[in-house]
Amino acid sequence: MSTTTTKEISVGDIGARAAAHSDNERMALNVGPSHPTTHGVLRLMMELDGDVITKCDPVLGYLHRGDEKIAENMTYNQFVPYTDRLDYLAPLANNVAYALTVENLAGIEVPARCQAIRVLVCEMARISSHLLGMGVFGMDAGAWTPFMYTFTEREKLYTLFEELTGARFTTSYTRIGGVARDIPEGWLPRVEKFCDQLPKAIDEVEKLLTRNRIFLDRTEGIGAISKDRAIAYGLTGPNLRASGVDLDLRKDKPYSGYDQYEFDVPIGTKGDCYDRYLVRIEEVRQSILIIKQVIASFPGGPWYCEDAKKIFAPPKEKIMTSMEELIQNFMIVTEGPQVPPGEVYFEAENPKGALGFYLVSKGGGVPYRLKIRAPSFCNLSILEELAPGHMLSDITVILGSLDFVMGECDR
Amino acid sequence: MIDDDFVKALLEKCSYLSLRHREDCLTLDCPADSLIEFSRHLRDEETFDLLVDLTAVDHGETADTRFSVVLHFYSLIHRTYLRAHIACADNEAPEIPSISSVFPAANWHERETFDMFGIKFTDHPNLKRILMWDEYPYFPLRKEFPLAGIDVPLPAADVAEVTGAEVDPAPMMGGPFVSSGNGRMSDAEPRAKDESWTEESIKGS
Repeated sequence: MSTTTTKEISVGDIGARAAAHSDNERMALNVGPSHPTTHGVLRLMMELDGDVITKCDPVLGYLHRGDEKIAENMTYNQFVPYTDRLDYLAPLANNVAYALTVENLAGIEVPARCQAIRVLVCEMARISSHLLGMGVFGMDAGAWTPFMYTFTEREKLYTLFEELTGARFTTSYTRIGGVARDIPEGWLPRVEKFCDQLPKAIDEVEKLLTRNRIFLDRTEGIGAISKDRAIAYGLTGPNLRASGVDLDLRKDKPYSGYDQYEFDVPIGTKGDCYDRYLVRIEEVRQSILIIKQVIASFPGGPWYCEDAKKIFAPPKEKIMTSMEELIQNFMIVTEGPQVPPGEVYFEAENPKGALGFYLVSKGGGVPYRLKIRAPSFCNLSILEELAPGHMLSDITVILGSLDFVMGECDR
Repeated sequence: MIDDDFVKALLEKCSYLSLRHREDCLTLDCPADSLIEFSRHLRDEETFDLLVDLTAVDHGETADTRFSVVLHFYSLIHRTYLRAHIACADNEAPEIPSISSVFPAANWHERETFDMFGIKFTDHPNLKRILMWDEYPYFPLRKEFPLAGIDVPLPAADVAEVTGAEVDPAPMMGGPFVSSGNGRMSDAEPRAKDESWTEESIKGS
């Protein structure tokens, strides 16, 4: 014989709360934190007047891991895997940005081959990120098919990433003063082959979206950000350039040898959702050009800093046979790469915008403070001003066009 | 370009500034009460109109000036960065003026800095936590805060009261990784827990 017990659970007096609401005509709507529109765990608390948004209050922090605290408690190389998980759609670009920050403070410059590898992987990461950005943007606007095309291409990229780094997603490819390993044999021709067939796939996506009547109606004139507002809110990357601001750190503050390659920086005119889409499409095409130039002029020589004895661990076979290299490796693994005291701020042009690291060192192998300036965080901050006045259905398109990643927003 | 003349002229125009160093970019010290004036001058007169980053550094509990706020500006004309350090006078209740009226981008950055360090930005329009939940009692990026975290009650008191729910321990505790949380840095690293067992010794819980 079993008895059933029931227990009433009430969470305050909901009726009283609703009555206390200042304006009964307005409706409060909560979107997220787990909702397909929000591309992750973003929560929007909105106030609606009919179908029109009157107030939008983004709530962040659902993916907060405390990366900055963790960074203060481990050596420089140990933090590389954490950078994979910032913008997890372009982990290789994050790896490179982080390594360059520490190298700037340490005052070392990696050899030409290493720089070329880094530019190559950064541009591949950009293509991968923008392919996803464009695909899901189409999906947000109601077009399912382009997503399938872009994901097919991304899959090919992931195979190439796996051949290079051993992992498809969390690559952890860079080390301070170099990269984890040299490129495998026959890899460059395979990258080139991928680049040769990619424009055709982009054309197909463009045929489905760019002059599509429904897509145009959903995106043109929606979520327009003026030049001034984009700058005032600290937007970066394609979102800033779509508003007509010519800021691309690859051109303005060239790092890792970007000044050797020729490419154009697409700029938008109106700063609406459609412009942001067009800028991303063109950036993919420019990235293909950069990759082809890198492969055509791929330098030989060492692929890591051989002089930086206290920063980059020597090759395995030398560790096993030579006492000096064994000690050198032991010191780097236990104490971390030795970086002088000082402070440095470095930003790299990542697919989502300028990913910045502010590093304060008191010497030794552990950062004293590492601030991660996440582009998605800054790009989202305009939402409070941007969303009001739009229809509820536009929120989906606006969020899709801002192309943010909560992994780096919440850190 | 940012050359010696530019720096000299800037220091003359804004007499409250002092030069710290010019290693990776021009770095200036600015007193807290001149911050709004300085940021407005940077934006309107010196074309540093993009506030790229605002954060803070905790120099440790024993430091004379414990907290300093660090700002990074970018100029679309000069194509370079400028850094400003602002020391917070009071170590117990650090406070500096908010510049979100000059740079809207500062709004979220200041909320994050308040959330992580407990630095109060006066005249901020909406100074509440942004990454942690509103009722969270600690400031995690202060140096005395342990890496493993501190258990706090469930955020919603009314739900906890009815359901009797307690907050779960930090996810790392008892998981595949264990962390001592204090003591030496090398001991505080999360490391794999001993999960081995044999017929003689039972598996640890």
